[in-house]
Amino acid sequence: MSRVMLEVKELTTKYITRFGEDVYAVDHVSLKVEEGKTLGIAGESGCGKSTLALSLMGYYFAPLHYTSGEIIIDGQNISGMDPDDVRKSILGKEIAYIPQSAMNALNPTRKIINFIEDVIQEHELYVTKKDIYDRARKLFETLGLPEEVLQKYPVELSGGMKQRTVIAISVLLLPKVLIADEPSSALDVTSQKMVIKMLRKLMETGLISSLIFITHELPLLYNVTNDIMVMYAGQIVEKGTAQETVFDPLHPYSKGLMGSIIVPEKGLRDVKLTAIPGVPPNLKKPPAGCRFAERCKYVQPECKTRSVDLRELQGDRAYRCIFSEEQLREAYKNG
Amino acid sequence: MADEKKLCLSGSGLTKVFGIGRQKTLAVDHVDFNFYEGEIVSIVGESGSGKTTLAKMLLGLISSTEGDIYFLGEKRDISTQKKKQEYWKNIQAIFQDPYSSYNIFNKIDAVLLDCIRMRGGGNLPHAKKVELMSEACSFVNLKFEELTNKYPFELSGGQMQRLMIARIFLLKPKILLADEPTSMIDACSRATILDMLMQLRDEIGMTIIFITHDVGLAYFVSDSVCIMEHGKIVESGTADEVILHPKEAYTQRLINDVPKIHEEWDLSTV
Repeated sequence: MSRVMLEVKELTTKYITRFGEDVYAVDHVSLKVEEGKTLGIAGESGCGKSTLALSLMGYYFAPLHYTSGEIIIDGQNISGMDPDDVRKSILGKEIAYIPQSAMNALNPTRKIINFIEDVIQEHELYVTKKDIYDRARKLFETLGLPEEVLQKYPVELSGGMKQRTVIAISVLLLPKVLIADEPSSALDVTSQKMVIKMLRKLMETGLISSLIFITHELPLLYNVTNDIMVMYAGQIVEKGTAQETVFDPLHPYSKGLMGSIIVPEKGLRDVKLTAIPGVPPNLKKPPAGCRFAERCKYVQPECKTRSVDLRELQGDRAYRCIFSEEQLREAYKNG
Repeated sequence: MADEKKLCLSGSGLTKVFGIGRQKTLAVDHVDFNFYEGEIVSIVGESGSGKTTLAKMLLGLISSTEGDIYFLGEKRDISTQKKKQEYWKNIQAIFQDPYSSYNIFNKIDAVLLDCIRMRGGGNLPHAKKVELMSEACSFVNLKFEELTNKYPFELSGGQMQRLMIARIFLLKPKILLADEPTSMIDACSRATILDMLMQLRDEIGMTIIFITHDVGLAYFVSDSVCIMEHGKIVESGTADEVILHPKEAYTQRLINDVPKIHEEWDLSTV
């Protein structure tokens, strides 16, 4: 078995609202990412994907709070560490994060090279600006970005270029795990492809050891990742390889998600898209039983009262439903 | 499709130039098009290919530098404010960002009541107005009772975009211009929005101009597709023709850029 870069055990984090209510946006999530592997996280808006990404970094700030569980990055347990220590020694070096609005993350009054200087000078003592420039130039060359970008202001760059620049800055300190939270949702398809190509290159050249990719675009997820995890209302509802989750989903929610895939292939126009009715539950008062029961087509009376555990199958596959594998497949076959 | 298609909106030699002298940019370059009644037409292109500029010209929000637009066979005249408002009864739009499409001080009832008033239903009894509003809300799978006394920002992005469609359902314009209506909402609500657009076409016979950069979406909803590159329409035809048998290299590239699930996604072409 290859080296495990990131292991998360039963991680639970909560938001405390200004009225003092607890909202458990990440609820007993366990996951494992091996060296050279990419994990995808899928789900609707409001299912806790982005909160999970923030929680994984171990850097918590109000209203997000750590509750329980462990985060182990390459053998080092970072859960419960002091936020300042996390910032100094973990962020950027061990685990890095590309936020959803990376395009707005750049201060418009500074040049790109200034951001790079900031990051390196904060973590390394006694480096000259010339060294930093050389390092940045080499990195940009490997990633196929033009060198002129370094001397430009963010406003002079296009959206796709800004996004790629932010990714390059986030991998400056060679993190072991990179979390990409919807890196391409604001871009058009061509720039999206460039971003994906760059992420692939990062893995190939060994600049990062593993990648966690979060998006709701399933065709994209299928093409980028090795494993896919489907989240619903703060919980994992299904885990499996990309092939399995896309073509043979088990949980009714994953099945619904796969029904909304749109790709320009022959036969698409004859397919009736199956949208899932309703919205994810309010996590201030999560439902007592299965959290998907309200919207599920195959709901049983006991679903609403009994909470359901994750069923582990062979080969790292798991799903959270009261039905057995065969029952579910049978139900999908009959529509 | 019927044999005799009625022309709804057409343009000849439509051009828009921004700036003067050396700063001159040709945003839309001598574009000719014919949009027929009861069809969904997609305009597909990269960012910066002039899709939105074309849309704004069709809406009459900006004037064209050259060329004419014909609406129902006659040359469009929006020289005065009054004529413009008359024209806008026939053409309505949904934009990319549902969060900025609403007046934040108006409650949802006010948004919908405005539409009834625009259709000349201002003097209807209150009960009739409520009936119309709940009909529109149920068309987009929203419950009117839950929406009254709420402000638009209390809804999710997908719900807001659906409410936009409820507005369109009340207004019943001849043409709906949808400028990337699904790019800011997640894949699951996207399917619902596309379904509703198709329902509008089938039930009311609305002509829908759907602007997108995603060839997959265009192929799914539309009857015909126009591909735009650098302000020119480089290829147009029925959806099957253009997407399954593209003639232009540019169209092929756009198709390649979309991730697929049954075929290999070629990353080397960027």
